[in-house]
Amino acid sequence: MLNVIARTLVVLFASCSCSLLLADPRYPGGETTTQVQGANAFSQSAANLSFDGRLDFSVGNSFFRNPWVTAPASTDARDGLGPIFNTNSCQGCHIKDGRGHPPRDNQAHLVSTLIRISLPETESRQREAHQSVIEEPTYGDQIQDFSVAGIPAEMRINWEWAPYLLQGADGNEYELRTPDINLTQFGYGEIGPEVVISPRVAPAMIGLGLLGAIPEDAILAQADPNDQNNDGISGRANEVWDARAQSLTLGRFGWKAGQPNVEQQSSGAFLGDMGLTTSLNPSGPCTSLQESCLQAPNGGEPEVSDDILRLVVFYAKHLATPARPNALDSEKVAGEKVFHEVGCASCHTPKWETGESSSPALSQQTIYPYTDLLLHDMGDGLADHRSEFAANGSEWRTPPLWGLGDYIDVNGHTELLHDGRARNVFEAILWHGGEAASSRDKVLQLSEDKQQSLLGFLNSL
Amino acid sequence: MTPHLCKTTIFTILAVFFSGVSQAQSFDDIGENYANLAYASYNDSLISAQNLADDIQALLDNPSEQTLISAKQSWTGARKIYGATEVFRFSHPVVDDWEPQVNAWPLDEGFIDYVDDNNYFYELGNAVGKANLIASDFITIGSEQIGLNAFTPELLASLNEAGGTEANVATGWHAIEFLLWGQDLNGTNQGAGNRPYTDFATGDLCTNHHCTRRRNYLEAVTQLLVSDLEFIVSQWAAGANNYRSEFDAMSGDEKLRRILYGVGSLSLGELAGERMKVALYANSTEDEHDCFSDTTHNTLNANATGLAMVLRGEYETLAGEHITGASLMGWSSANSDTHDSLSESTNLMLDALNAIVESGETDQTFDQLIAPGNAKGLQLIDQAIESLVNFTRNVELLAADLNLGTLNPDSAGHNF
Repeated sequence: MLNVIARTLVVLFASCSCSLLLADPRYPGGETTTQVQGANAFSQSAANLSFDGRLDFSVGNSFFRNPWVTAPASTDARDGLGPIFNTNSCQGCHIKDGRGHPPRDNQAHLVSTLIRISLPETESRQREAHQSVIEEPTYGDQIQDFSVAGIPAEMRINWEWAPYLLQGADGNEYELRTPDINLTQFGYGEIGPEVVISPRVAPAMIGLGLLGAIPEDAILAQADPNDQNNDGISGRANEVWDARAQSLTLGRFGWKAGQPNVEQQSSGAFLGDMGLTTSLNPSGPCTSLQESCLQAPNGGEPEVSDDILRLVVFYAKHLATPARPNALDSEKVAGEKVFHEVGCASCHTPKWETGESSSPALSQQTIYPYTDLLLHDMGDGLADHRSEFAANGSEWRTPPLWGLGDYIDVNGHTELLHDGRARNVFEAILWHGGEAASSRDKVLQLSEDKQQSLLGFLNSL
Repeated sequence: MTPHLCKTTIFTILAVFFSGVSQAQSFDDIGENYANLAYASYNDSLISAQNLADDIQALLDNPSEQTLISAKQSWTGARKIYGATEVFRFSHPVVDDWEPQVNAWPLDEGFIDYVDDNNYFYELGNAVGKANLIASDFITIGSEQIGLNAFTPELLASLNEAGGTEANVATGWHAIEFLLWGQDLNGTNQGAGNRPYTDFATGDLCTNHHCTRRRNYLEAVTQLLVSDLEFIVSQWAAGANNYRSEFDAMSGDEKLRRILYGVGSLSLGELAGERMKVALYANSTEDEHDCFSDTTHNTLNANATGLAMVLRGEYETLAGEHITGASLMGWSSANSDTHDSLSESTNLMLDALNAIVESGETDQTFDQLIAPGNAKGLQLIDQAIESLVNFTRNVELLAADLNLGTLNPDSAGHNF
């Protein structure tokens, strides 16, 4: 037995020492990178995970994938869904650990897309430090369009696409689309006219633990809130509430970087999306004005035990990023050069090094996520006019680009951006306004060859 | 300890004893013996499924308490033999593409037959979770209407994952299990499903309605299981144009990679993870693998014997034929320092899983062991999980000694 332990240590030690050397864009997640491609490319565990880790990963996977049920039920640990919710499993939105999609043909329930709501801040109505937004008094900060039997759902979300015309810097007019959302069938009374809505598609789950392991000071060093270097790019850190630490800290996760870490993001999703309480969020999803919702049975306190939360968080942190076997091919390298020339890399920072993490597999890895995790003003076209902690209504967090080329295999579509309005990578570029407008214009003014080269690179990520 | 295990243990002792004088075992030899094991164990699974089909026919010919008990015993025996073949999953597309129709789980049983409405929880959003195929002339899935006049194996196969929900399982071991036992309404208390034999009776003796259609369903679903097993046996037969010939043509390294990937996937992700640790954390009978019959202990143990079978390269068929040849254990005894700990961890794993069988047969079944607050159950299951983690760790050390690089085979998409 001692022999086994000694040899395991040798193996682990060997992998640690070479991780410092592995800085290779073909391995976007460093040593965590998986070689699996295709439909299951996002569902693999970090390749360097220990055996105990892989066991926890597989258990977390089960709780991530399998549905939760209405309380009370024979399946004690998996009950407590709702009473109001968006879907009944994590996988329901993060389809195959990948992206959700906007609703199809005005379907009755959005499922893998949700709608955040709030009231605007005014002189007399200010949020407190621990609040991300001012909640809508009856409906809270998110619309749950599903409910358990006997309890009303909050409302029906009608989703149509409206055309959006963009005059390109190349002289062409582009017809894009933007969601036109109409709320009806209110379960708990009309919603106030002041309400601000922001649709959000579930993002992919890969590499989250690595993003969480980038040292905070390294991220803050890239922030330039007042654009002191005059490059037209500000880059602001969101400052969000850390519920465990009971203090403000850097936001990293979510479309507006409104969550500080994977645990709090996951607890938030358990509560907001599935109506499940955790020790971090012990109160259910109903507001004090939703009486019938409050009276429904719950599935224990908390509904998601600390053990299960820990395993799901472990799973989420250790989903590997897929390899980019052709990253060093000359045409991909040429495309990346264009990416730098037009300024994409000012926000989509290609490369980071992770620091010490509580998980050895995630520590000291050289990674290629193509994000700075900072907020940028993306202009009026993309603005949701809904602030979240320090992020204002036209700011969004730079989303990571790793895995961009895999969405088609994993999720069967390329509907991008926070609400899935961009039907492909090119449309996503066209939507870049505000600070990113000049880069977008440069892309449009590129030669056909260079444009294709850039898109070829992006689709190889 | 069961007689089968006694024999296995003796073989191991002999194998260890003679290993010092054995010839060098090439990777191709190990691959060939492995394929022989796959063929022999799937063939035994087929034979036992044919016995099951005979006993089900006897039940339908003459429904009685006794013929139902015989059919259940036959299912239980056949299930143990099938369980050992699960070590051939996760590495071979021919097995993984085929397996869901044979062994999908968990299933929303209200899709198939009547259930107790007060004790039935099916997957939310499963539009046909209470379809009750046996009671219905047709089923509507989306805009499509499918007639259910007569159940044929093809029709049942086409109904799997109806409406995109994986829990809609119309075929395989667990569909037959549900038809023989019925819903287990005992939760984590003692007792399995208790379907009356009169559910298969003809005329006025029929209980719970639609007996003719239920008989028709049981016959068709059993027929499909047998023909599915015939297919997989044919794929592993030597000397044919089949998956076996593809496997034979692979490099020795790739063969071993697939063998070890399958072993590791079953032992860690599936057996230790999905089938035990998840069930333990969920305290949930929904997570009990053979939940209608309460025979989960057998399947867990059969998975472990399958792992040992592949490591040791040994199997004794129902007909008494002794399949043996080059094996990973044999290779390790000649070439690897891992051998002793690998061998020891294999024995400990078999002991730990056998303890769960003993509990299942004489004291508490798996659904009772996972009940909240059952300290003895927690200890038994934890010990089994730990033994599998340790076993898998040794398998990976062996893989390092074999110098195979990454264990992920080219084509498998399953989480290890």
